[in-house]
Amino acid sequence: MEQLIQQIASGLANGAIYACLALALVMIFVSTDHINFAQGEMAMFSAYLVWQLLEWGMSFWLALPIVALVSFLIGVSVERVILRPLHDAPILSVVVVFIGLLAIFHSLAGAIWGHTIKAIASPFPNVAFAGSGYIGPHQIGMIAVTILLLAALFAFFRFTPLGLAMRAAAQSPVSARLAGIRVDWMLALGWGLAAAIGAVAGALVAPAVYLEPNMMASILLYGFAGALVGGISSPGGAVAGGFIVGVLENLIAYFGNLLEKTTGVYIVGNGEKLTVALVIVITVLTLKPSGLFGHVTVKRV
Amino acid sequence: MATTTTATTEAGAADSKRVQFGRARWIWPVIIFLALLPVIGGKTGLISNYGFLQLSLMIVYAIAVLGLILLTGFNGQISLGHGAFFAVGAYVAAVLIDQASWPYWATLPVAAIVCFSVGYVFGLPALRLEGHYLALATFALAVAVPQFLKYRHFEWFTNGVQGINIFKPDPPFGLPLSADQWMYLIVLAVAVLMFWVARNLLDSRSGRALTAIRDHTMAASTMGINVAHYKTVIFGISALYTGVAGALHAIIFEFVSPDSFRFELSIAILVGAVVGGIASLPGAVIGGVFVQVIEKYADALTKKITAAVHLPIDLEPWTIYGIALIVLMYTMPMGIAGGLTLLWRRIKGS
Repeated sequence: MEQLIQQIASGLANGAIYACLALALVMIFVSTDHINFAQGEMAMFSAYLVWQLLEWGMSFWLALPIVALVSFLIGVSVERVILRPLHDAPILSVVVVFIGLLAIFHSLAGAIWGHTIKAIASPFPNVAFAGSGYIGPHQIGMIAVTILLLAALFAFFRFTPLGLAMRAAAQSPVSARLAGIRVDWMLALGWGLAAAIGAVAGALVAPAVYLEPNMMASILLYGFAGALVGGISSPGGAVAGGFIVGVLENLIAYFGNLLEKTTGVYIVGNGEKLTVALVIVITVLTLKPSGLFGHVTVKRV
Repeated sequence: MATTTTATTEAGAADSKRVQFGRARWIWPVIIFLALLPVIGGKTGLISNYGFLQLSLMIVYAIAVLGLILLTGFNGQISLGHGAFFAVGAYVAAVLIDQASWPYWATLPVAAIVCFSVGYVFGLPALRLEGHYLALATFALAVAVPQFLKYRHFEWFTNGVQGINIFKPDPPFGLPLSADQWMYLIVLAVAVLMFWVARNLLDSRSGRALTAIRDHTMAASTMGINVAHYKTVIFGISALYTGVAGALHAIIFEFVSPDSFRFELSIAILVGAVVGGIASLPGAVIGGVFVQVIEKYADALTKKITAAVHLPIDLEPWTIYGIALIVLMYTMPMGIAGGLTLLWRRIKGS
């Protein structure tokens, strides 16, 4: 039982990371209808930036906002420079460009920082508290930061004029343009925000897993799964989906191990994590493409 | 409206290119020349055995790229996961040779059938997915493949992480050829057969149905085309092509392991298709050559570039790969084959 709670708790912590990435994916999807395959690599790149600043002697809490800002600028410029000319291009071109971006960020990180794994110390104090048998301080911290981030984003979109403009641009670009909103810049802002959110995800996950250029492949896949489970058109849903998928991932591994221990039959374990994600992705896409909280879009023909 | 016109002209350009390719008389001399290469190049020592291995790999990748082109270029279904079918084909061949001591040629039809079935089954959920969603599902497939192959219950025949070693067959009947030269001929023969079948398929009623579905699914189904049937079958055929390429790769490379089929492989096949020309059969050949050349020389090339512009960091091949992809999407969205056709028309037209 204790183990089960432990697994759920650490599932929630992993889920926080998936939720951040899912949120970043949704930010871009809502405004441009594109699925950013390079999101994971961009987050990985940001995590390396954090590591670099820490190496230079900065504190984590100073480095994080700086890197988030830099990532924001990277995101904006990627949209302005690379994706802008492809607004009306066929989907295949867009997907290929995303794959190109993935390759560039991946290889640049490897070229600049090398392929040896690096560690980032957890920024959260290692203190004992009630329930610390179940969940570590870094895991609590990850969940807390994710929830804070979500609250901040919610406030931004709900209560600021800029947030309102961004929502308008995403929902109805033509009317928004008529109302005087610079829709193009809103899309670029969406990209920047997504990159910044991804940076936070990368910086938070780096202490939990080791830093290396391949670290994001499985995390991105779970981010996708989270976004799909929650509904890729709904930010709140994506966060919920991220947490659900994180817990699910750990529970499946846990029950797989339990089954093996009691009956000796091995079905799933830690080695099948990506396959589990694949199954989740395909199941959701085929059975309920709008996810749990997304709304069904009706297409006019 | 402007975008639709360009789309049709581009597709039309690719189509006429295909017909040219089909009717061109130069294609047979080229094939005969390629088939005689072991005699010309091998005996005179111009081409080493290693050279023949390289040529074989180019042809193998051309078949794999052709598989993707059939699906993505001619039917409009995006796949980022064709490395998975390549892996299945390779493993079928390797396991049959290793465990059941089958002759290598008998494994090819089995790999074809298995890959067709796997592709067909994957095509069923893919029916409900469009564009980005299909890309996403196949992306997940590509990332999950190595883990799949390491699955514990398959270990007794897949040999887990260690992979399987097999041996290249010797030429039969005491032919005066080296093993590499013989396999080159086999690969070439298979490729010619598969390209011929693909061309006939595309020039047939079914081929027109496939492109109709790509251009306007709803209109196609109004015309009485069974969209679901065509989409799943072409998924199977596409997987079959790439799977046979995988089987050939396993035989000439003499080794398979889960980590040779990582996400990078799927990307390489996609890059080959895009660089060659996504809706063009000659494009598949260009793409296959490109994939192998890049794999072979990208390291040296990137080192040269790094040295030439005095960069403080050592660039990696993938950076060039990515930049090439993005630049190509702007300048030649129909790939090298499409770009050449357009160029040819401009020269002829002016």
